[in-house]
Amino acid sequence: MHELAIAESLLEIVVEEGRRHDLQKINVIRLQIGVMANVIPEALTFSFEMVSQNTIASGAALEIETLPVVAQCSACGQRFDVENQVFLCTRCGKPDVKLVSGRELSLVNLEGETRDDDGGS
Amino acid sequence: MMAEVKVPVVRNILQANERLAAANRKRFDDAGIFVFNLMSSPGAGKTSLLERTVEGLADRIKMAVIEGDLQCSFDAERIQRKGVQAIQINTDGGCHLDGNMIQIALESLDLNGLDLLIIENVGNLVCPAEFNLGEHEKVMILSVTEGDDKPSKYPLMFQLTSVLLVNKVDLLPYIDCDVEKIRERARQINARQEIFEISCRTGEGIPAWFSWVEEKVQEKKQARQN
Repeated sequence: MHELAIAESLLEIVVEEGRRHDLQKINVIRLQIGVMANVIPEALTFSFEMVSQNTIASGAALEIETLPVVAQCSACGQRFDVENQVFLCTRCGKPDVKLVSGRELSLVNLEGETRDDDGGS
Repeated sequence: MMAEVKVPVVRNILQANERLAAANRKRFDDAGIFVFNLMSSPGAGKTSLLERTVEGLADRIKMAVIEGDLQCSFDAERIQRKGVQAIQINTDGGCHLDGNMIQIALESLDLNGLDLLIIENVGNLVCPAEFNLGEHEKVMILSVTEGDDKPSKYPLMFQLTSVLLVNKVDLLPYIDCDVEKIRERARQINARQEIFEISCRTGEGIPAWFSWVEEKVQEKKQARQN
Protein backbone atom coordinates (compact mmCIF):
# COMPACT_ATOMS: atom_id res chain seq x y z
CA MET A 1 0.00 0.00 0.00
CA HIS A 2 2.55 2.62 -1.00
CA GLU A 3 -0.34 4.26 -2.88
CA LEU A 4 -1.22 6.29 0.21
CA ALA A 5 2.27 7.77 0.44
CA ILE A 6 2.22 8.47 -3.31
CA ALA A 7 -1.20 10.14 -2.98
CA GLU A 8 0.11 12.38 -0.20
CA SER A 9 3.12 13.45 -2.28
CA LEU A 10 0.89 14.02 -5.30
CA LEU A 11 -1.50 16.19 -3.30
CA GLU A 12 1.36 18.35 -2.07
CA ILE A 13 2.54 18.91 -5.64
CA VAL A 14 -0.86 19.60 -7.21
CA VAL A 15 -1.85 22.05 -4.47
CA GLU A 16 1.48 23.88 -4.93
CA GLU A 17 1.11 23.95 -8.73
CA GLY A 18 -2.56 24.93 -8.40
CA ARG A 19 -1.63 27.94 -6.28
CA ARG A 20 1.19 28.93 -8.61
CA HIS A 21 -1.21 28.94 -11.55
CA ASP A 22 -3.96 30.63 -9.57
CA LEU A 23 -6.38 27.71 -9.78
CA GLN A 24 -9.42 27.91 -7.52
CA LYS A 25 -10.31 24.31 -8.19
CA ILE A 26 -8.60 21.34 -9.82
CA ASN A 27 -10.80 19.11 -11.96
CA VAL A 28 -8.45 16.70 -13.71
CA ILE A 29 -4.98 15.39 -12.78
CA ARG A 30 -3.11 13.46 -15.49
CA LEU A 31 -0.42 11.03 -14.46
CA GLN A 32 1.97 8.66 -16.15
CA ILE A 33 2.82 5.60 -14.14
CA GLY A 34 5.21 2.87 -15.24
CA VAL A 35 4.27 -0.75 -14.80
CA MET A 36 7.29 -1.34 -12.54
CA ALA A 37 6.08 1.22 -10.01
CA ASN A 38 3.55 -1.41 -8.92
CA VAL A 39 0.80 1.12 -8.40
CA ILE A 40 -2.78 -0.11 -8.36
CA PRO A 41 -4.79 2.71 -10.02
CA GLU A 42 -7.90 2.04 -7.93
CA ALA A 43 -5.90 2.15 -4.71
CA LEU A 44 -4.23 5.42 -5.75
CA THR A 45 -7.58 6.97 -6.73
CA PHE A 46 -9.13 5.90 -3.44
CA SER A 47 -6.17 7.19 -1.42
CA PHE A 48 -6.19 10.49 -3.29
CA GLU A 49 -9.92 10.98 -2.67
CA MET A 50 -9.23 10.51 1.02
CA VAL A 51 -6.24 12.83 1.39
CA SER A 52 -7.58 15.58 -0.91
CA GLN A 53 -10.74 16.30 1.06
CA ASN A 54 -11.17 20.00 1.83
CA THR A 55 -8.43 21.05 -0.59
CA ILE A 56 -8.62 22.64 -4.05
CA ALA A 57 -8.05 19.15 -5.48
CA SER A 58 -11.06 17.64 -3.76
CA GLY A 59 -13.19 15.79 -6.30
CA ALA A 60 -10.52 15.93 -9.01
CA ALA A 61 -10.44 13.00 -11.42
CA LEU A 62 -7.15 11.11 -11.71
CA GLU A 63 -6.42 10.08 -15.29
CA ILE A 64 -3.67 7.52 -15.17
CA GLU A 65 -1.74 6.46 -18.25
CA THR A 66 0.15 3.24 -17.65
CA LEU A 67 3.52 3.06 -19.41
CA PRO A 68 5.06 -0.26 -20.49
CA VAL A 69 8.49 -1.46 -19.49
CA VAL A 70 10.89 -0.58 -22.32
CA ALA A 71 14.64 -1.06 -22.21
CA GLN A 72 17.57 -0.20 -24.47
CA CYS A 73 20.71 -2.25 -24.84
CA SER A 74 23.87 -0.31 -23.98
CA ALA A 75 25.95 -2.60 -26.17
CA CYS A 76 24.04 -2.72 -29.46
CA GLY A 77 21.41 -0.01 -29.04
CA GLN A 78 18.41 -2.30 -29.52
CA ARG A 79 15.24 -0.91 -27.95
CA PHE A 80 12.77 -3.55 -26.80
CA ASP A 81 9.66 -4.20 -24.72
CA VAL A 82 10.52 -6.12 -21.59
CA GLU A 83 8.42 -9.24 -21.43
CA ASN A 84 8.18 -11.64 -18.49
CA GLN A 85 10.70 -9.50 -16.59
CA VAL A 86 13.59 -10.52 -18.83
CA PHE A 87 15.98 -7.57 -18.97
CA LEU A 88 18.37 -9.12 -21.47
CA CYS A 89 18.83 -7.62 -24.92
CA THR A 90 16.50 -9.32 -27.38
CA ARG A 91 19.09 -8.93 -30.15
CA CYS A 92 22.53 -9.59 -28.63
CA GLY A 93 21.52 -11.14 -25.30
CA LYS A 94 23.73 -8.83 -23.23
CA PRO A 95 22.49 -7.85 -19.77
CA ASP A 96 23.77 -4.29 -19.94
CA VAL A 97 20.44 -2.55 -20.57
CA LYS A 98 19.03 0.81 -19.57
CA LEU A 99 15.41 1.33 -18.65
CA VAL A 100 13.72 3.70 -21.12
CA SER A 101 10.32 3.61 -19.48
CA GLY A 102 8.48 1.63 -16.83
CA ARG A 103 9.42 3.35 -13.57
CA GLU A 104 7.56 6.64 -14.08
CA LEU A 105 5.61 8.22 -11.29
CA SER A 106 4.94 11.53 -12.98
CA LEU A 107 2.44 14.31 -12.93
CA VAL A 108 1.90 15.45 -16.52
CA ASN A 109 -0.72 18.17 -16.39
CA LEU A 110 -3.64 19.64 -14.48
CA GLU A 111 -6.98 21.00 -15.55
CA GLY A 112 -8.71 23.48 -13.34
CA GLU A 113 -10.53 26.73 -13.00
CA THR A 114 -9.08 30.19 -12.49
CA ARG A 115 -11.06 33.19 -11.41
CA ASP A 116 -11.26 35.56 -14.35
CA ASP A 117 -10.44 38.82 -12.56
CA ASP A 118 -9.83 40.95 -15.62
CA GLY A 119 -13.45 42.04 -15.83
CA GLY A 120 -13.97 39.91 -18.88
CA SER A 121 -11.46 41.74 -21.06
CA MET B 1 -16.50 34.26 -13.59
CA MET B 2 -14.37 31.13 -13.86
CA ALA B 3 -12.09 30.20 -16.71
CA GLU B 4 -11.04 26.63 -17.43
CA VAL B 5 -7.33 26.16 -17.95
CA LYS B 6 -4.98 23.30 -18.64
CA VAL B 7 -1.59 23.57 -16.98
CA PRO B 8 1.36 21.42 -18.07
CA VAL B 9 3.40 20.45 -15.00
CA VAL B 10 5.76 17.58 -15.60
CA ARG B 11 7.02 16.59 -12.17
CA ASN B 12 8.13 13.46 -10.41
CA ILE B 13 5.53 12.66 -7.75
CA LEU B 14 8.14 11.37 -5.33
CA GLN B 15 10.52 14.31 -5.77
CA ALA B 16 10.04 15.40 -2.15
CA ASN B 17 11.38 12.02 -1.04
CA GLU B 18 14.21 12.17 -3.58
CA ARG B 19 15.31 15.53 -2.15
CA LEU B 20 15.35 14.17 1.40
CA ALA B 21 17.23 11.08 0.27
CA ALA B 22 19.85 13.26 -1.44
CA ALA B 23 20.28 15.29 1.77
CA ASN B 24 20.73 12.09 3.80
CA ARG B 25 23.22 10.82 1.26
CA LYS B 26 25.27 13.98 1.60
CA ARG B 27 25.45 13.54 5.37
CA PHE B 28 26.61 9.93 4.93
CA ASP B 29 29.24 10.95 2.40
CA ASP B 30 30.48 13.86 4.49
CA ALA B 31 30.93 11.46 7.40
CA GLY B 32 32.55 8.82 5.16
CA ILE B 33 30.09 6.12 6.23
CA PHE B 34 28.97 3.22 4.07
CA VAL B 35 25.18 2.81 4.25
CA PHE B 36 23.04 -0.01 2.94
CA ASN B 37 19.29 -0.48 2.92
CA LEU B 38 18.33 -4.06 3.82
CA MET B 39 15.02 -5.29 2.46
CA SER B 40 13.10 -8.57 2.37
CA SER B 41 9.68 -10.00 3.04
CA PRO B 42 8.70 -10.53 6.71
CA GLY B 43 10.55 -13.41 8.32
CA ALA B 44 13.23 -13.82 5.65
CA GLY B 45 15.96 -13.18 8.21
CA LYS B 46 16.83 -9.47 8.21
CA THR B 47 17.31 -9.23 11.96
CA SER B 48 19.11 -12.58 12.11
CA LEU B 49 21.50 -11.36 9.43
CA LEU B 50 22.08 -8.18 11.43
CA GLU B 51 22.83 -10.17 14.56
CA ARG B 52 25.32 -12.29 12.63
CA THR B 53 26.88 -9.21 11.05
CA VAL B 54 27.19 -7.41 14.37
CA GLU B 55 28.71 -10.48 16.05
CA GLY B 56 31.16 -11.04 13.23
CA LEU B 57 32.24 -7.51 12.37
CA ALA B 58 31.59 -5.21 15.34
CA ASP B 59 35.15 -5.58 16.65
CA ARG B 60 36.59 -4.39 13.30
CA ILE B 61 33.90 -2.06 11.97
CA LYS B 62 32.13 0.64 13.96
CA MET B 63 28.50 0.23 13.06
CA ALA B 64 25.01 1.40 13.88
CA VAL B 65 21.59 0.17 12.88
CA ILE B 66 18.30 1.87 12.07
CA GLU B 67 15.41 -0.55 12.43
CA GLY B 68 12.16 0.05 10.60
CA ASP B 69 9.15 -1.76 11.93
CA LEU B 70 5.39 -1.46 11.91
CA GLN B 71 5.23 -1.53 15.68
CA CYS B 72 7.25 -2.55 18.74
CA SER B 73 10.97 -2.40 19.37
CA PHE B 74 11.92 -6.07 19.73
CA ASP B 75 14.32 -5.89 16.80
CA ALA B 76 16.25 -2.86 18.07
CA GLU B 77 16.52 -4.52 21.48
CA ARG B 78 17.91 -7.68 19.87
CA ILE B 79 20.64 -5.57 18.25
CA GLN B 80 21.33 -3.34 21.26
CA ARG B 81 21.95 -6.43 23.35
CA LYS B 82 24.96 -6.99 21.10
CA GLY B 83 26.34 -3.59 22.09
CA VAL B 84 25.63 -1.61 18.93
CA GLN B 85 23.78 1.70 18.57
CA ALA B 86 20.31 0.82 17.30
CA ILE B 87 17.44 3.18 16.64
CA GLN B 88 13.91 1.99 16.09
CA ILE B 89 11.54 3.71 13.69
CA ASN B 90 7.95 2.66 14.14
CA THR B 91 6.06 3.39 10.95
CA ASP B 92 2.70 2.86 12.70
CA GLY B 93 1.41 0.61 9.97
CA GLY B 94 3.31 2.29 7.11
CA CYS B 95 4.65 -0.33 4.70
CA HIS B 96 8.07 1.23 4.00
CA LEU B 97 10.66 3.68 5.30
CA ASP B 98 11.11 7.00 3.52
CA GLY B 99 13.75 9.72 3.38
CA ASN B 100 12.02 11.83 6.00
CA MET B 101 11.92 9.02 8.59
CA ILE B 102 15.66 8.49 8.14
CA GLN B 103 16.34 12.20 8.47
CA ILE B 104 14.50 12.20 11.80
CA ALA B 105 16.28 9.05 12.99
CA LEU B 106 19.65 10.62 12.16
CA GLU B 107 18.99 13.31 14.77
CA SER B 108 19.39 10.74 17.52
CA LEU B 109 22.31 8.92 15.96
CA ASP B 110 25.94 9.84 16.49
CA LEU B 111 27.60 9.48 13.07
CA ASN B 112 31.03 10.48 14.36
CA GLY B 113 33.52 7.68 14.13
CA LEU B 114 31.05 5.33 12.44
CA ASP B 115 32.11 3.18 9.47
CA LEU B 116 28.85 1.49 8.64
CA LEU B 117 25.15 2.23 8.99
CA ILE B 118 22.65 -0.50 8.21
CA ILE B 119 19.03 0.46 7.63
CA GLU B 120 16.65 -2.44 8.09
CA ASN B 121 13.51 -1.66 6.13
CA VAL B 122 9.97 -2.83 6.86
CA GLY B 123 9.37 -6.43 5.78
CA ASN B 124 7.85 -6.06 2.32
CA LEU B 125 9.13 -6.81 -1.21
CA VAL B 126 7.08 -4.14 -2.98
CA CYS B 127 6.88 -0.68 -1.44
CA PRO B 128 10.38 -0.20 0.06
CA ALA B 129 11.89 -0.54 -3.43
CA GLU B 130 10.28 2.70 -4.55
CA PHE B 131 11.61 4.96 -1.78
CA ASN B 132 15.27 5.95 -1.74
CA LEU B 133 16.63 6.68 1.71
CA GLY B 134 20.04 8.05 0.70
CA GLU B 135 21.77 4.67 0.99
CA HIS B 136 24.75 3.69 -1.17
CA GLU B 137 23.55 0.18 -1.88
CA LYS B 138 20.31 -1.75 -1.63
CA VAL B 139 20.61 -5.31 -0.33
CA MET B 140 17.84 -7.91 -0.27
CA ILE B 141 17.29 -11.24 1.39
CA LEU B 142 15.17 -13.99 -0.10
CA SER B 143 14.74 -17.07 2.05
CA VAL B 144 14.42 -20.39 0.26
CA THR B 145 11.12 -21.13 2.04
CA GLU B 146 9.54 -18.28 0.07
CA GLY B 147 9.94 -20.21 -3.19
CA ASP B 148 12.00 -19.85 -6.35
CA ASP B 149 9.33 -17.87 -8.23
CA LYS B 150 9.89 -14.66 -6.29
CA PRO B 151 12.24 -12.78 -8.67
CA SER B 152 9.53 -12.71 -11.35
CA LYS B 153 6.91 -11.55 -8.87
CA TYR B 154 8.89 -8.63 -7.43
CA PRO B 155 11.03 -7.45 -10.37
CA LEU B 156 11.66 -3.91 -9.13
CA MET B 157 13.14 -5.15 -5.86
CA PHE B 158 15.44 -7.54 -7.72
CA GLN B 159 16.38 -4.91 -10.25
CA LEU B 160 17.40 -2.24 -7.75
CA THR B 161 19.34 -4.37 -5.27
CA SER B 162 23.03 -4.92 -5.84
CA VAL B 163 23.18 -7.93 -3.52
CA LEU B 164 20.82 -10.87 -3.13
CA LEU B 165 21.30 -13.01 -0.04
CA VAL B 166 19.58 -16.35 -0.44
CA ASN B 167 18.99 -17.29 3.20
CA LYS B 168 18.05 -20.50 5.05
CA VAL B 169 19.93 -22.73 2.58
CA ASP B 170 20.25 -25.26 5.44
CA LEU B 171 16.56 -26.01 4.83
CA LEU B 172 16.99 -26.90 1.15
CA PRO B 173 16.89 -30.69 1.71
CA TYR B 174 13.40 -30.36 3.16
CA ILE B 175 11.67 -28.09 0.67
CA ASP B 176 10.99 -27.74 -3.04
CA CYS B 177 13.08 -24.72 -3.89
CA ASP B 178 15.64 -24.69 -6.69
CA VAL B 179 18.38 -22.13 -6.03
CA GLU B 180 19.52 -22.43 -9.64
CA LYS B 181 16.08 -21.21 -10.70
CA ILE B 182 16.42 -18.21 -8.39
CA ARG B 183 19.84 -17.45 -9.88
CA GLU B 184 18.60 -17.78 -13.45
CA ARG B 185 15.53 -15.56 -12.94
CA ALA B 186 17.50 -13.00 -10.95
CA ARG B 187 20.11 -12.85 -13.71
CA GLN B 188 17.42 -12.09 -16.31
CA ILE B 189 16.16 -9.18 -14.22
CA ASN B 190 19.49 -7.85 -12.96
CA ALA B 191 22.62 -9.49 -14.28
CA ARG B 192 24.86 -7.28 -12.11
CA GLN B 193 23.36 -8.50 -8.84
CA GLU B 194 25.81 -10.39 -6.62
CA ILE B 195 24.29 -13.50 -5.08
CA PHE B 196 25.39 -15.11 -1.82
CA GLU B 197 23.85 -18.34 -0.52
CA ILE B 198 23.77 -18.17 3.26
CA SER B 199 22.31 -19.61 6.41
CA CYS B 200 22.06 -17.26 9.35
CA ARG B 201 21.35 -20.32 11.49
CA THR B 202 24.44 -22.38 10.64
CA GLY B 203 26.71 -19.55 9.46
CA GLU B 204 27.19 -21.12 6.03
CA GLY B 205 28.17 -18.55 3.39
CA ILE B 206 28.38 -15.72 5.92
CA PRO B 207 32.16 -15.07 5.45
CA ALA B 208 31.59 -14.14 1.78
CA TRP B 209 28.93 -11.66 2.87
CA PHE B 210 31.31 -10.20 5.45
CA SER B 211 33.96 -9.71 2.77
CA TRP B 212 31.50 -7.76 0.64
CA VAL B 213 30.62 -5.47 3.57
CA GLU B 214 34.26 -4.95 4.57
CA GLU B 215 35.26 -4.09 1.03
CA LYS B 216 32.52 -1.46 0.75
CA VAL B 217 33.43 0.01 4.13
CA GLN B 218 37.09 0.21 3.06
CA GLU B 219 36.18 2.02 -0.16
CA LYS B 220 34.32 4.70 1.82
CA LYS B 221 37.10 4.98 4.35
CA GLN B 222 39.66 5.55 1.62
CA ALA B 223 37.44 8.16 -0.01
CA ARG B 224 37.19 9.89 3.39
CA GLN B 225 40.97 9.96 3.84
CA ASN B 226 41.66 11.30 0.34
